[in-house]
Amino acid sequence: MEHLISLFVRSIFVDNMIFAFFLGMCSYLAVSKTVKTALGLGVAVTFVLLITVPVDYLLQTEVLEPTGSLNPGVDLTFLAFILFIAVIAAMVQLVEMIVERFSPSLYAALGIFLPLIAVNCAIMGASLFMQQRITMPDTNSQAIGGVADCLAYALGSGIGWLLAITCLAAIREKMAYTDVPKPLQGLGITFITVGLMAMAFMCFSGLNL
Amino acid sequence: MSLFSKANKEALTSPLNLNNPVVVQVLGICSALAVTSQLEPAIVMGLSVTIITAFSNLIISIIRNSIPNRIRIIVQLVVVAALVTIVSQVLKAFAYDVSVQLSVYVGLIITNCILMGRLEAFAMMNKPWPSFLDGIGNGVGYALILIIVGFFRELLGSGSLMGYQIIPDACYNIGYMNNGMMTMPAMSLIIVGCVIWAHRAYNKEL
Repeated sequence: MEHLISLFVRSIFVDNMIFAFFLGMCSYLAVSKTVKTALGLGVAVTFVLLITVPVDYLLQTEVLEPTGSLNPGVDLTFLAFILFIAVIAAMVQLVEMIVERFSPSLYAALGIFLPLIAVNCAIMGASLFMQQRITMPDTNSQAIGGVADCLAYALGSGIGWLLAITCLAAIREKMAYTDVPKPLQGLGITFITVGLMAMAFMCFSGLNL
Repeated sequence: MSLFSKANKEALTSPLNLNNPVVVQVLGICSALAVTSQLEPAIVMGLSVTIITAFSNLIISIIRNSIPNRIRIIVQLVVVAALVTIVSQVLKAFAYDVSVQLSVYVGLIITNCILMGRLEAFAMMNKPWPSFLDGIGNGVGYALILIIVGFFRELLGSGSLMGYQIIPDACYNIGYMNNGMMTMPAMSLIIVGCVIWAHRAYNKEL
């Protein structure tokens, strides 16, 4: 239990997808103009992460690794990229259909960003980091050893991403009223803002539970 | 049509400056920021992305007329994922240290927006040869930004380039110090911000 909470909190603040690894930067910069759409995208990313990371974990340990139960003795880990991206693309399609069926209003609000989650690096990145963390010793607070750990990690990463995109959207809404030098307007000042936010998040790096 | 007609040259050279994938089209930011704390991984990453963009553009452009429109994203992802797997295995075999340093970012080339962006915007509606050139142009434009950022971060952060010390010991003796902040992830965002600033100040029309 302690390990789960530690993993969860660390993946929000210390191993934040945006500020520590710059994952999902493209949609992060493109969709952070208003707080409302930013929140919607953040929730969708969290949701997709919650499904794909545990599924990819099971695939990695049961199918790809030689110790897996499906095909013992055969090392298929080189297929990881293709398999992971296929799972992500399929899951995004599935999520899209479920959202369309049960909540048409949310579906309309998210629009094009829902299918684009498939190529959001944060999703693929979380699966690849999970793959690295399986080999870590149990004593390491970043280690992932089961489906529960995967869920805690996915939820933490998703919430961390949500937090980051909502904060940036809030800052950018206010920034519309500031007098920024002309060549720096738009993209340039956004990068520098994110840089300053990343510096602020660096103070969490000593955090340990 | 000759191999290097005006349109083809345009496809090759415009991504280097006026249509640069990183600072103008805002694609592929994630890896541009993450792998640039030193010059060497930046160069390797730029090279890998150039090769993958060029060949995925070529392959998709060859088969573009037989891809059903509804499942094109999956087809594109599979082609890209196969190419990335090859590059990642080659890096593991011949440049293991760099591949460890790049860690997950090699795999993340799959979700690099430059690839999907160029496939959707160019390779799906152009002939193979211009698509190949467009891929090389965009890959090199991306590598260019990586190298600029990597150059400043390694020079100011560790006083070296490609692992060789550049700033002489005499400077350290009179009190010069490396700026450790430069090796932190946060600074790469600010350097890219400054590159964009300089680029837009120079090209007024953007």
